[in-house]
Formats: sequence, C-alpha cells, structure tokens
Amino acid sequence: MEMSLPFSRPWPAGKTAVAELKDRPESSFPLARRYADKMIAHAREEAPNECCGILAGPANEGRVEKLYHGINAEKSPVRYNIDPQQLLSIHEETEAKGWAILGIYHSHTHTEAFPSATDVRLAFWPDSTYLIISLKEQGEPVIRAFSIRDGRIEEKQVVIGE
Amino acid sequence: MAVEVRLPMILQKVAGGAKTVKVEGKSIHEVFDNLEKNHHGFASRLFDNEGNLNHFIMVYVNNEDIRLQRGMQTELKDGDVITLLPAMAGGEDCCR
Ligand SMILES: [Zn+2]
Repeated sequence: MEMSLPFSRPWPAGKTAVAELKDRPESSFPLARRYADKMIAHAREEAPNECCGILAGPANEGRVEKLYHGINAEKSPVRYNIDPQQLLSIHEETEAKGWAILGIYHSHTHTEAFPSATDVRLAFWPDSTYLIISLKEQGEPVIRAFSIRDGRIEEKQVVIGE
Repeated sequence: MAVEVRLPMILQKVAGGAKTVKVEGKSIHEVFDNLEKNHHGFASRLFDNEGNLNHFIMVYVNNEDIRLQRGMQTELKDGDVITLLPAMAGGEDCCR
C-alpha cells in the first residue's frame, strides 16, 4: 500500500529553471488589497513554515472571488504541498461554481519572492499564476506573480486594487 | 465495466483534449494500463522510472485518495469516478 507522503523520497530530476524575465512584465495579475493582506497575514501566521493557498474566481473574468487557506501537508519551512484531500475539495468547489484556479500562492520566509528550481519543477498547473510572498525583509513583505510553463518562468505584474 | 476518469489540464493533451475519458478496469492498475493503451503517453506521466506512481499525481476514487486505500490495487465498481490532480507543491532547492 502506497502511504508515503510526496516528499519522503528523492525529488524527480528535472529541467533547471530558466528565468526569462523582462524589465517590465507584459501581463498582469489583478489582486484586491484584502486578498494581498490575507496572504501576507497567512504567511506570517505559518512562519517559520511555508504557507500555501489558492485564489479562485470566475474563469472568464480573471477576478479573484475567494481565497482558500491551504493546509501545508508538509508543515515545513522548506516545502509546501497542499493537503491532497483539501486540494480535491477546493477543486470540486471551484468546478461546481464555474470558477478557475487563478492563483496558487506560497511563502518564502527567508528568501526572495522568486520561484526556486524546485518550485519550477513542481509547477504542474500551467494555467494558474504562481504567487510568492517573501518575508525576507521583515517589515516589508513582497508579493510577486509568475506563470510557470514547461520550465519557463515569466513574471506578471501584481496590480493591487480595491 | 467502465469508469470515468477526470483529467487535469496537463493530462488532457495526452487524451486529445478530452476532459474526461471512459476506461475499462476493475482496479486502478487496470484502468491505468488501459489508459496507456488507449492514449499512449499516460504511463510516462503517471509513473516514475521504477514504475511507481508519481508522487506528484493525486488519484482519487469517488473523492477518496487511493493512497489512503489500497493504492494501485484499489478496486473499482462500474460507474466509479476517478479524479487525477497534480500536486500543488514546491520548496527550496537546498534540501532535496
Ligand atoms: Zn517556493
């Protein structure tokens, strides 16, 4: 019987992250301030462990309607993995509402808000935006957004709205 | 005996764009074998080089994680719904 958690064995070898960052990101990720605040609060609550969660909303509008606090099954400062049973129920709920999983967020408690090679290797949701909250600068949390497809990182500008 | 398999985006292209496929099989093992027969390319995405189920693919039968059941041997009934979802995971590079 297969019972071990995802990170109990060596990680699959994969491509190295290739950052293709432009000075000015071409696309953007609109995010209401209340969600940005919730993400930062979540990151601080979970620290020193990484937090994770999901932003969902109507598929055709790209507007976040709900933030789901993820349960990090790894409970680790260097790993995140949204609890599989919770992932399924969130997925079912969004499908039922006709929503898309617009964003997947996690925190970096002491590194910058940029995807690690591991984050890139495990980015299996090419149509969602990956958001990273960095708590590296204590007083100044940073949120950055990226699309990660086929091992390529492209930054999106986080546009904070009301 | 057929079950329905719901595919995530990253596996839909292997099935020619289909979101769900009907597959025969009395266990997850048989269903995955038949998926590969019907749509070549599934096996390499579902299994690692040693033939074990990829740890980053979640498999649910009627909303229950198969890793909490009998894994690949989990038995199926006609009309069961199997959902495949990729993990939402990541981490630092320091600690492989
Ligand atoms: Zn990360």
